[in-house]
Amino acid sequence: MATYTPPLREMQFVIHEVLNAGDAFKKMPSYAEVDVDTINQIMEEAGKFAAGVVLPLNRIGDTEGCTRNEDSSVTTPKGFKEAYQLYCESGWAALACDPEYDGQGLPQLLNTVLYEMLNSTNQAWAMYPGLSHGAYECLHEHGTPEQKKTYLKKLVSGEWTGTMCLTEPHCGTDLGMLKSKAEPKGDGTYSITGTKIFISSGDHDMAENIVHLVLARLPDAPQGTKGISLFAVPKFKPNADGSVGEGNAVSCGALEHKMGIHGNSTCVMNFDGSIGTLVGEPNRGLNAMFVMMNAARLGVGMQSLGLTEVAYQNSAAYAKERLQMRSLKGPKEPTKAADPIIVHPDVRRMLLTQRAYAEGARAFTYWVAFMIDTELNHPDAKEREAAGELVTLLTPIIKAFITDNAFTATNEGMQVFGGHGYIAEWGMEQFVRDARINMLYEGTNTIQSLDLLGRKVLGDKGAKLRKFGKIVEDFIAKEKRTKGMSEFLEPLADIAEKVSKLTKEVGMKALLNKEVVGAAAVPYLRVVGHLVYSYMFARMAKVALEKQNSGDPFYSAKLSTARFYFAKLFHETAYQIRAARSGVDSLMEMDASLF
Amino acid sequence: MSTYIPPIRDMRFVLNELAGFQSIAQLPGYEESTPDLVEAIMDEAGKFAAEVLAPLNMQGDLQGCQCKDGVVTTADGFRDAYQLFVETGWNALPCDVAYGGQGQPTVLTAAVHEMWKSANLAFMLCPMLTLGAIEALRHHASEEIKNIYLPNMVEGKWTGTMNLTEPQAGSDLSQIRSKAVPQADGTYLITGTKIFITWGEHDMAENIVHLVLARLPDAPAGVKGISLFVVPKFLVNSDGSLGARNDLICASIEHKMGIHGSATAVMAYGEKVGATGYLVGEANKGLGYMFTMMNHARLNVGLEGVALAERAYQHALAYARERVQSVPAGDKSGVAKTIIHHADVRRMLMDMKSRTEAMRALLYWTAAQMDHANNNPDAAIRQSAQATVDFMIPVVKGWCTESSIEIASIGIQIHGGVGFIEETGASQYLRDARITTIYEGTTGIQGNDLIGRKLAKEKIGAGATAKALQQQIRVCVEELSKDKNLSIIAQQLGVALSDMETATEWMLENYDSNPQAAHAGAVSYLLLTGIVTGGWQMARAAQIAQRQIDAGSQDTFLQAKLATARYFAAHQLPKTMGYCSAITEGSDAVLSLDESLF
Amino acid sequence: MKILVAVKRVVDFNVKVRVKADQSGVDLANVKMSMNPFDEIAIEEAVRLKEAGIATEVVVISAGPTQCQETLRTALAIGADRAILAETDAELQPLAVAKILKAVCEKEQPQLLIMGKQAIDDDSNQTGQMAAALLGWPQATFASKVVIANGEASVTREVDGGLETIALTLPAVVTTDLRLNEPRYATLPNIMKAKKKPLDVQPVAGMGIDVAPRLKTLKVAEPPKRSGGIKVADVAALVAKLKNEAKVI
Repeated sequence: MATYTPPLREMQFVIHEVLNAGDAFKKMPSYAEVDVDTINQIMEEAGKFAAGVVLPLNRIGDTEGCTRNEDSSVTTPKGFKEAYQLYCESGWAALACDPEYDGQGLPQLLNTVLYEMLNSTNQAWAMYPGLSHGAYECLHEHGTPEQKKTYLKKLVSGEWTGTMCLTEPHCGTDLGMLKSKAEPKGDGTYSITGTKIFISSGDHDMAENIVHLVLARLPDAPQGTKGISLFAVPKFKPNADGSVGEGNAVSCGALEHKMGIHGNSTCVMNFDGSIGTLVGEPNRGLNAMFVMMNAARLGVGMQSLGLTEVAYQNSAAYAKERLQMRSLKGPKEPTKAADPIIVHPDVRRMLLTQRAYAEGARAFTYWVAFMIDTELNHPDAKEREAAGELVTLLTPIIKAFITDNAFTATNEGMQVFGGHGYIAEWGMEQFVRDARINMLYEGTNTIQSLDLLGRKVLGDKGAKLRKFGKIVEDFIAKEKRTKGMSEFLEPLADIAEKVSKLTKEVGMKALLNKEVVGAAAVPYLRVVGHLVYSYMFARMAKVALEKQNSGDPFYSAKLSTARFYFAKLFHETAYQIRAARSGVDSLMEMDASLF
Repeated sequence: MSTYIPPIRDMRFVLNELAGFQSIAQLPGYEESTPDLVEAIMDEAGKFAAEVLAPLNMQGDLQGCQCKDGVVTTADGFRDAYQLFVETGWNALPCDVAYGGQGQPTVLTAAVHEMWKSANLAFMLCPMLTLGAIEALRHHASEEIKNIYLPNMVEGKWTGTMNLTEPQAGSDLSQIRSKAVPQADGTYLITGTKIFITWGEHDMAENIVHLVLARLPDAPAGVKGISLFVVPKFLVNSDGSLGARNDLICASIEHKMGIHGSATAVMAYGEKVGATGYLVGEANKGLGYMFTMMNHARLNVGLEGVALAERAYQHALAYARERVQSVPAGDKSGVAKTIIHHADVRRMLMDMKSRTEAMRALLYWTAAQMDHANNNPDAAIRQSAQATVDFMIPVVKGWCTESSIEIASIGIQIHGGVGFIEETGASQYLRDARITTIYEGTTGIQGNDLIGRKLAKEKIGAGATAKALQQQIRVCVEELSKDKNLSIIAQQLGVALSDMETATEWMLENYDSNPQAAHAGAVSYLLLTGIVTGGWQMARAAQIAQRQIDAGSQDTFLQAKLATARYFAAHQLPKTMGYCSAITEGSDAVLSLDESLF
Repeated sequence: MKILVAVKRVVDFNVKVRVKADQSGVDLANVKMSMNPFDEIAIEEAVRLKEAGIATEVVVISAGPTQCQETLRTALAIGADRAILAETDAELQPLAVAKILKAVCEKEQPQLLIMGKQAIDDDSNQTGQMAAALLGWPQATFASKVVIANGEASVTREVDGGLETIALTLPAVVTTDLRLNEPRYATLPNIMKAKKKPLDVQPVAGMGIDVAPRLKTLKVAEPPKRSGGIKVADVAALVAKLKNEAKVI
């Protein structure tokens, strides 16, 4: 069975040594007390919880899955409910929530760290509190005072959970085709009717109530995406005193039988005239939902980081133990039947691929989470705005780049195990199966790529991208003379320039033919993703170079990983640039009937 | 549920135009493989695939096999399908006519088996293992053993298995511990545990013939002390009838990520008195015998990659033609279209299609070289064909299987969230494909074999075959560059070829002086070689298609082939750049981190 | 009733320790440190006694370098009310710690001093016993159950051959065994509250205690690697081997 040790040192390195978050928080009034010791202690305890409580349920969740009972209620795998109760009692659900609703008011950055650990140990389980937190953020931002009063404290404590109900059988990516209906009842409430599919955590036995955030159309709504409204629809109608009242004609019609994340209940949800209340303005439901989606996209990135890390840990441990054949340089452990497989260069390549993707993703996601904190809490409006723009730009990259990489990484982790990797008991193939969904939900990676290139980059004629480019440029200028940095800065400068050129070229072509965006988007995102990772690895290398003589081998390992990244993974950009530039013809010239 | 349509048009094109089937049909022993016979075989085998095997594929996945008290029950329908498979004589297709086989060429067998593997990989593993066992016995066993076992195995009445792996001995077979003790009557008593035995136990045939690697009492340590034994599930009486149950049992079956329809057994030999076995060939030469079949076995696994890629492509294509979602960019109608009209979905489909076709072409071409190596009357041709085969096998195995995982994953991606749902069927191809980069030597092992024995340590001269191939590809580039319709492909193939040449030179220069650095780039070199040689086959295909179009052919298949070859050139060939730098610049980065810091 | 809990900062139980090249000890540089697991059980027991209304205050103490504050914060997060760090960079052996505990007990006047039966780093299993002797208090070691009532502690001890229950008059010293309880996971609100709880740093130098080591470490070495097992033919062969080779029967 898989094991997990929270990578606290790695996490602390990013938070304290690369981002200096503790210092920065001092300037943000609501986080002024979040110092280094506090951060470390929260991480330590969160790690204990994840490894001690959540991890042991990972394989149980995979083998048992969820069960839909005859009365359409859903039972989660053994132990899920108890672990969730302990999670709530321990206050983890409240970590990044508003103190006005009993939250702890801690930074997003810490919530991100918590979720990395929960996802390393059990992605399927972590989705229950994860989606609740998304629902909390949506209602906190767009809910009426009444809705906030009814729902927020319950969501913060975790007593109630939340879901997002977007997809319908005929519309996934294209929400404009949405059919679910909302009829005003005249008393300020609405009657919701329709079928939603792929609703994660849609029904379960872990909490006493579930609040569904449902997209539906009002009777007079315009067609397409501009006629969609958002409603809060509770599983049980809340009483005035906050207790749970009668049922609300919401039920789970079926559970999906999936490739992975078996422990999470993926439901078909039937709304049969269920009573709901409007969230935000009529016909502006998608805007309200986008608040959740940005958080959710960061969340999916964290799922993939979590899986990358745990796959790495387990395959590294296996590679040090499994004895098979001799080193090319002669026996390393002559007294044993063979050498541990970590002596083989290709095994090291597989391990380092996972490690580099984990470290890159961690630095990247923590940086963005830290930027979200800056956006929300920095006293200087300009800083807030600048941070917000970066978050907007980088969110699709977090979602698509990290999830693609994690699929590669978990596959490498499994490959290290040879034939045993294919056997369920070892737990490695589950990581691959679980990782596969992350490239699909919350907007497929194609949608992320279109969002990046079409909306975030070309949408403002490259303004946000140039701001990010400026950050990179400033960093290069500042560190140019730092001894040892040139090996990291050269590829960084090179890719920054190439991205700038590529963007201009694609932008010009897109003016003539809009299909160019669709054809170039996916390779384009891969290239920009590597620009971001190059920047992160260069920043980490800078810290590591300063401390490489400290006697702590951690820093030399950090440099080794950065070098591996630039030597082995970064080169993908060469062909992705060519693919992005190759235009539309090679894709569209063939008649559809000839496929 | 998904349907499978055998891609016979492309198979025929590859067989005839790229693999040179006409010349194969003229080789001694293959005279009967006339065009009309081949056509008939392909059609009928395709029907068997689509109508009998494909419908059972998901059933096998959902139901899997059950093991109780050593008895394995296969999924509903498998038993009957196997019965039909034997009755229709399909098992005998490639086998020696002396034992009731049809003696058809390897390349034709590859095409037929591709269909069956596309239709139902888990099922096909059973006949594939039987064929492997038949080959081992045919080459190395005594006449007596051959006469007892081969006719029934060729017919398919008895199936075969390969028992190599033990818990401590996977990639490293020198650690095998199973024992064989000689008895006074000339038989041996076998004891030991074998794991990962594909179709090690089942209810589809009356007897199972296990080929088992074990050590004699006085055997030297390591790989030079391993012998090969035939250990049947039921002993065979002198009249050929089945006798007593042998002392071997399926201890359990594995719970796997995919290929659920096939039982992967833990086999326990000699728990009571010892299982009766018969020595194959000479003592202590067992591993060598295994190696003689390795090229076939690895080609077969590469073929699994092709087959699953094709099936995943067909599945995704059907969905892309049906699913309506969003208005395509630049479409003024404002009406949502099927997703095949979206540029990025196109990109994914082209990716799947072009890579699958390149893999098929490369694999059939290699299979044709095997036929030449075995049957060509000209010794020089036999020799050079064998060298090509030896070089290409790890490439075909490694590249086709690694690609199949990516292709199956793209297939899921085209489905969006629906792809993650098991009832859709798309995820099964990924789960099934995932084993192919592991068994019959992991991709890492293939890479090491390629840069070592097949390149730097090649017997006929270091790098001789790689360089000869590079020369052939160079000639193709030059020919293509003369045709303005093909010059873009020529240019891209030329650049990729230069990367291969650089990487080959680097490998040859560094292999002896710094083997670790060379091995750090082994898998990159394998993938690079796959892309360049696959790209070469696509370039040849484009050349032939263009020629036929120029000659007036209206066949739309040829138009599609040209477009597909252009896509491959534009989107796959550039990958060589990254691999080349990773090989020549990346080795320190792989090796420098201290082991304790992982 | 006040309870004093003594906790030690040790190498985390998940860490595979490495012996220094000069065999002078274990390499502690950049190694993850945590609270001794047996001490965590002691904290848990004290907090449970407080939650049951039996104890009124739980004070936690550790002796060692500044970093022990982290360990004390963990104890505060589990539920202790305040903490004392007897700070010193000197090496502390069980006798020195016992002397420090005596001094603190004299000042704090707890009714119960509770700590782990031993620390997982040096496995000395001495501090509790020595502190009891120095204080002149009764002691109950290896506790698997602790009941406090009527000014008396009834402690069940895990001894060879079974369980033994003894009664102690308070104040007393108790050392905890593995099965006494299962320590809770710290809750986030309590982690946040722990920050604000008092943590009093008292330099050992100012306590007037002689903490100089009485024991000298000659060398530290890795335990011998386990050699592979063998299969024996039958019971007779097994018995013969156990008798003649292993010499255990």
